[in-house]
Amino acid sequence: MDKFTTLSGVAAPMPLVNIDTDMIIPKQFLKTIQRSGLGKNLFDEMRYDDNGHEIPDFVLNQPAYRKAQILVAGDNFGCGSSREHAPWALADFGIRAIISTSFADIFYNNCFKNGMLPIVLPEAQVEILMEDARKGENARIAIDLESQTVTSADGQEFSFQIDPFKKHCLLNGLDDIGLTLEKVSSIDAFEAAASQARPWV
Amino acid sequence: MAKTLYDKIWDAHVVHEDADGTCLLYIDRHLVHEVTSPQAFEGLRMTGRKVRAPEKTIAVPDHNVPTTPDREEGIKNEESRIQVDALDRNAREFGVHYYPVSDIRQGIVHIVGPEQGWTLPGMTVVCGDSHTATHGAFGALAHGIGTSEVEHVLATQTLIQKKSKNMKVEITGSLRPGVTAKDITLSVIGATGTAGGTGYVIEYCGQAIEDLSMEGRMTVCNMAIEGGARAGLIAPDEKTFQYVQGRPHAPKGAQWDAALAWWKTLKSDPDAHWDKVITLKGEDIAPVVTWGTSPEDVLPITATVPAPESFTGGKVEAARRALDYMGLQAGQKLTDIEIDTVFIGSCTNGRIEDLRAAAEILKGRKIAVKRAMVVPGSGLVRAQAEEEGLAQIFIDAGFEWRLAGCSMCLAMNPDQLSPGERCAATSNRNFEGRQGRGGRTHLMSPAMAAAAAITGRLTDIREMMTETV
Repeated sequence: MDKFTTLSGVAAPMPLVNIDTDMIIPKQFLKTIQRSGLGKNLFDEMRYDDNGHEIPDFVLNQPAYRKAQILVAGDNFGCGSSREHAPWALADFGIRAIISTSFADIFYNNCFKNGMLPIVLPEAQVEILMEDARKGENARIAIDLESQTVTSADGQEFSFQIDPFKKHCLLNGLDDIGLTLEKVSSIDAFEAAASQARPWV
Repeated sequence: MAKTLYDKIWDAHVVHEDADGTCLLYIDRHLVHEVTSPQAFEGLRMTGRKVRAPEKTIAVPDHNVPTTPDREEGIKNEESRIQVDALDRNAREFGVHYYPVSDIRQGIVHIVGPEQGWTLPGMTVVCGDSHTATHGAFGALAHGIGTSEVEHVLATQTLIQKKSKNMKVEITGSLRPGVTAKDITLSVIGATGTAGGTGYVIEYCGQAIEDLSMEGRMTVCNMAIEGGARAGLIAPDEKTFQYVQGRPHAPKGAQWDAALAWWKTLKSDPDAHWDKVITLKGEDIAPVVTWGTSPEDVLPITATVPAPESFTGGKVEAARRALDYMGLQAGQKLTDIEIDTVFIGSCTNGRIEDLRAAAEILKGRKIAVKRAMVVPGSGLVRAQAEEEGLAQIFIDAGFEWRLAGCSMCLAMNPDQLSPGERCAATSNRNFEGRQGRGGRTHLMSPAMAAAAAITGRLTDIREMMTETV
């Protein structure tokens, strides 16, 4: 997994609330058996018209945001299905961090498995960063995971909370499965005890 | 210390706890379908890992499978076929339990699990699908996971988890005639919003919940995710035990007795701590429908389409966008909204009781919509409905009688809406494009969907019930 340490870049503003996983990557693109290549279909139905042509008004089609690495989004981003295709599509497009007032639970967890950082901040701070995002290249946002801070274009620093284990894995690009398999003796012991206590399972 | 039901199930499954509270949680049942698993199995192959507990892993194709009779000739859409073939190959190679398309037990994974007795009280159940919350109806801790976590569970039979907070949703008293489990679960989301449950596991309780059948309880828990919760739970009781007993994979003999003794302890202690409590009166819940593009856009069928300005914050713009997408005007009566299509099915409402409720309304009547389809949740539900004569009622009314699958709930198979087509659906999500690009979805109960099929517009089921008396 890719490490995440610091990031400074252009943020795309998506103030709409409840941006769901069907918007992020519609179901017709879930038929892949690979993880890569979904970036071109990110936000497909908002991004392209019925003939497959780009809709110029859509934020990621605007010249300023075509290479955005950060999204600043409305409340409850990523609600809906468990499809990891949503963070895969965002990552494949080049998005490495998303800032919002809240995220749906499964989407939030899925981000960390893909080297992406979802950041929760209070509404007033998200508003300031949303204004920066609206200025495109003229207002870059900086993120530092180690110090858990986001810095706005005019130098205001906002602290964010993150689970220490998730932070550790992201900073070091660690693979969860490898870490868990180091505890295989605990799993063996649990299974042995459980097969006595609940043999019907 | 007093514990909630969630606390008790959690504690029974902790394999290891780090100082910061990060836990390794043991998983008793892992359900797998074709859409969110191919990359996980490929991950195992690339690292030379095996499935740790194939006997606790159950695979069934559901999202992509066509529901027309010609599916036995093979899946025509190439990408769908590749995905279903991949599941077939992976299930056989890794030796997990498997119900192929040709098996009568095939169906939607969340209907097959309980039906076959894989889902039992007190278990931890996961699946790469957000509607795994369904299994919480049995007092099992059940939730959706992403594909990386699917691979993690396949390899280790555990998940790395932090505990959620406890939320109690109590529905007191009794439901009025015409009001169903679907109206309960939609009304709760209407009250709390789609992010109201974020960070929580919900336990549903109260007289109205106890009065529900197992099918109804599954409908309620199924949509816990639409309220943002990690999982929804209902304490197991005699109804639960009766439903489970005798199912193919339920315990038998002495093991049944031992299991039952433990299951009876699975309830929240009276003095347990709740981080959040929501109470609704059963009598206050009306038959509801959704008007917008979020499951929180819920109103009683007697209401009118709301004005975007009646909301606050980001919801004003979201409501404006929703009305535009849905082709509705503020102030329009919901019962004046004309319907093109009716879809009855899904893991929310594709069980036998749902089909009975719809058939009761449809008996002796004809549809007034362009098309209507019933998609039973499993091959066994379909067979039972045929045996009970329900299938003939649907067919006589003008419905298409389909084979089991997820179908038009998410439209990954050929069952899709066209742009602008308006659908009364018993499924769980009314997102933009969910049932097909440009398609317009109104969520409701099976009886309400059947009523809409008859009148060609959104309809108050209670008016139809008066007619039949």
